[in-house]
Amino acid sequence: MSLDLIQMVLATVLAAATPLVIAALGELVTERAGVLNLGVEGMMVCGAAIGFAAAVESGSTLVGALAGIGAGMALSALFGLLTVGLAANQVASGLALTILGLGLSGLVGAGYVGLKREPAPHLHLPVLSDLPGIGRLVFGQDGFVYAGIALAIGVSWFLWRTRGGLILRAIGDDHTATHSLGLSVRGVRFLAVLFGGACAGLAGAYLSLAYTPFWAPAMTAGRGWIALALVVFASWRPARVVGGAILFGGATVLQLHAQASGIGLPGQLLSALPYLATILALVLLSLGRRRGGSQAPAALGRDFTPHR
Amino acid sequence: MRLDLVPRGRRSALSAALSPALAFLAAVLVGGIAVALMGVSPAAAFTVYFVAPLSDLWSLQEIALKAAPLALIATGLAFCYRANLWNIGAEGQFVVGGLAGGIIAIATHGTEGATFWILPAMLLTGTLAGLAYAMIPALLRVKLGVSEILTSLMLVYVAELLLDYMARGPLRDPAGYNFPQSVTFDDAARLPYLMEGDTLHAGVLVALAAVLLAALVLGRSLFGFEMRLVGASPRAARFAGFGEARLTLMAFAISGGAAGLAGIVEVAGKIGQLQPTISPGYGFTAIIVAFLGRLSPVGILLAALVIAVTTIGGEAAQIDLRLPLDLTRAFQGLLLGLVLAADVFTRFKVRLVPGAAR
Amino acid sequence: MLRTTLSACLGALLLFSGAASAEDKLKVGFVYVGPVADYGYSFQHDLSRKALAEAMGDKVETTYLENVPEADSERAIEKLARSGMGLIFTTSFGFMEPTLKVAKKYPKVKFEHATGYKRAANVSTYSARFYEGRYVCGKIAAKLSKTGTVGYIASFPIPEVVSGINAFMLGAQSVNPNIKLKIVWVNTWFDPGKEAEAAKALLAQGADILTQHTDSAAPLQEAEKQGKLAFGQSSDQYRFAPKAQLTSITDDWNGYVIGEAKAVLDGTWKSHDTWGGIKDGMVVLAPFTNMPDDVKAMAETTVKDIASGKTHPFAGPVTKQDGTIAVKDGETAPDPMILGMNWYVKGIDDKLPQ
Repeated sequence: MSLDLIQMVLATVLAAATPLVIAALGELVTERAGVLNLGVEGMMVCGAAIGFAAAVESGSTLVGALAGIGAGMALSALFGLLTVGLAANQVASGLALTILGLGLSGLVGAGYVGLKREPAPHLHLPVLSDLPGIGRLVFGQDGFVYAGIALAIGVSWFLWRTRGGLILRAIGDDHTATHSLGLSVRGVRFLAVLFGGACAGLAGAYLSLAYTPFWAPAMTAGRGWIALALVVFASWRPARVVGGAILFGGATVLQLHAQASGIGLPGQLLSALPYLATILALVLLSLGRRRGGSQAPAALGRDFTPHR
Repeated sequence: MRLDLVPRGRRSALSAALSPALAFLAAVLVGGIAVALMGVSPAAAFTVYFVAPLSDLWSLQEIALKAAPLALIATGLAFCYRANLWNIGAEGQFVVGGLAGGIIAIATHGTEGATFWILPAMLLTGTLAGLAYAMIPALLRVKLGVSEILTSLMLVYVAELLLDYMARGPLRDPAGYNFPQSVTFDDAARLPYLMEGDTLHAGVLVALAAVLLAALVLGRSLFGFEMRLVGASPRAARFAGFGEARLTLMAFAISGGAAGLAGIVEVAGKIGQLQPTISPGYGFTAIIVAFLGRLSPVGILLAALVIAVTTIGGEAAQIDLRLPLDLTRAFQGLLLGLVLAADVFTRFKVRLVPGAAR
Repeated sequence: MLRTTLSACLGALLLFSGAASAEDKLKVGFVYVGPVADYGYSFQHDLSRKALAEAMGDKVETTYLENVPEADSERAIEKLARSGMGLIFTTSFGFMEPTLKVAKKYPKVKFEHATGYKRAANVSTYSARFYEGRYVCGKIAAKLSKTGTVGYIASFPIPEVVSGINAFMLGAQSVNPNIKLKIVWVNTWFDPGKEAEAAKALLAQGADILTQHTDSAAPLQEAEKQGKLAFGQSSDQYRFAPKAQLTSITDDWNGYVIGEAKAVLDGTWKSHDTWGGIKDGMVVLAPFTNMPDDVKAMAETTVKDIASGKTHPFAGPVTKQDGTIAVKDGETAPDPMILGMNWYVKGIDDKLPQ
């Protein structure tokens, strides 16, 4: 393999991993706060539809990305109101959100089918981007990719280096205790849910603005569910989310490359790999936990009412 | 400002019955506005969605057919959810049940002589296969403490891909020009029709029987009591000496078995062959049905009927009013959200209190 | 009690109004497996519905159901049959058994099932010889490829896709016997992201022209982004990639759909099987763009020759991958062979997934 080919493969892997990283980081923060939002796919597809629509109307990719974020946040606010505010069941609410999101995205996107935009611009630095071997990989991506990396660093810093992050994790582990300490369990959770929605919306907007710059119904094609799997696979750690996304994205891209160079495997098996890998990771994690490893937020998915 | 939830001492039966009705009204109101914005008369839309499907024998049969698998799966799931166990992989258990039972139909295709045993064997195999598939997340939880929410969800995709592979590969009809579907089952491997017109099949009775049985078990038996107790208060259950592990396995077995049975009933009843997909998402919709029905068998039956009516009404709306399918989806999502929200009002007094959010 | 009476009245009213408007008008229904907004297969079918409404004006009334899952299609088809449709198009292979079953119950309604092989007295089947278009594309690709390598994004190994790959390869080999075809199976009909990833992989591995048997415009856009060339699929996707699209194999169902509706109105409709190609106007190649005039002329001649029968994509000798002769010299592949094709022609360097 030539250096250029390797760089091209890696660039593809990075691009494929970006929507997963962004959506999964959002969900990670939500879950760290103890809320399980299964509606990632619904928020993502709405982000894709509304982001694309806004970008077409305004002519600006940035406006599109912001609109995608807004769409994800609006939907997650509904979810937060239900599950955090009213203590409704999280699993059922998340599934309802998925259906709602798919329906809404179809309604909004109907007028934008068959339109195309220029993909989001890629960074180009005079000398650096032309460096052989790594130039395009490191200095030639679009803004979303850098946003994803910044997000991973930011989330990691926030969760482990700030008081806010500590509070958020504590709430995710034991809402009753943190509540009796006088912390605002529901306030923090609602914000965490909003953050998750914003990320899912941005991830969706990445798909329709940069990755494949057009809108088509259900174009997220299950990436929201993969993002959910990824959070678990990464044992709720941001750095591992990035690693896992590269692994998931890499597996897909590499198998396509393997096919193109004449080695074939049953596609169904490869498509099943992320899910099998997640289950395996869960098992390994729980074995590790017995030796004091990390674990899921203890209060994940359990609803909380202050007066219980 | 903050939202305060004050638990109500007693849930009144009236408010419990009224809250979903109010939620339904609110959803219809919002839906009506959306429809009006699209230039269609809300009254006409309401008639097409909710009245017409209920005023014709054929669509009543179709509603029953659509509601049966939902009710069957959701009833099984209720056992899990009552015990605070989150099996969200019913879709996978449904698919595996349909696949395993379907393999028997394909293997016995063209059998001469005694064929009376084929259908019961299919139903049994489907049930057991769904049950066995549900044992994976259950055992992982009991033995290793792995979150059942995520493993059961992941296994859905594995099951779907397995069926896809089997229908396109090993189980393909050899005379079918390499198209991805199996042979069509013999009559001996099909559930009989109940009424003229070959629409309503015996699977509906299977579902109904299962719901009745579940109502008895949950309401009248010690096991049902254990389930509820574990869900309401795991500590108390432990003191009472109920084994949590045993209950977990039982709940998953019941829900997996029910989903597997629903899968093979769908394959042996409506579809009559194996194909790359056999479920339009029944396993996931059933989760919603279980919550809409408040985890009680009777409520689930009603909820399954409501979902079935909106689906069939949604098809009629596409034909008669040119309303897009996406509107129906958005409406279903909205309805579920509102019912979940309304439910809270029956459990708690909701108050807006001045002051910082807590 | 009041409510049941009310609903019965409303129901009766609805049925009544339905009956009044249905007089001597032919109602035509369409069932789609995807969304009409897919800009691919279902979209293209819906164009024919609109063309029908346009061509026949008051004489027909059209309607459709979209996103119908195959496992749930029987009810959708029957619903259309019960809504007074006289002619129903079921447009996906997976609708075959449900169509036959509903047709048996409604002998007066005419059914048209796309891409299937089972018929009945009131069920016709129709499909297009997409492979003819792919043969033309293969020739163009071989002429234009500088690297001598063409990338093929394939969905599922069903005969329609396999015969398309073979026809493409045979066309390409007729221009350049040493042409190489790299095939990637993406295991989906529609996933823009994955299709784009496949396109990137193929381009990175030296392909400079792409063709696809999946539904989204993502591979075309990827080719455009990298300054490479590609073929569109199902509909004319020129607007997605004005600098990359060479042509697109479009399904044109307009003529067929209108013809069948007329036959029903005239009372001359009979169950039959139609497998139309370039000659019948069912397979149409979008305008040839982004290519030099001599290549364009070659493509146009090939289209003409296929239409006149002078050229047949599967004209012998056709050799299978394993070296056995599939079609002897001087013969052409019979239709059943093409319909059930599950082998590659010689020169394809890929193992067919089974």
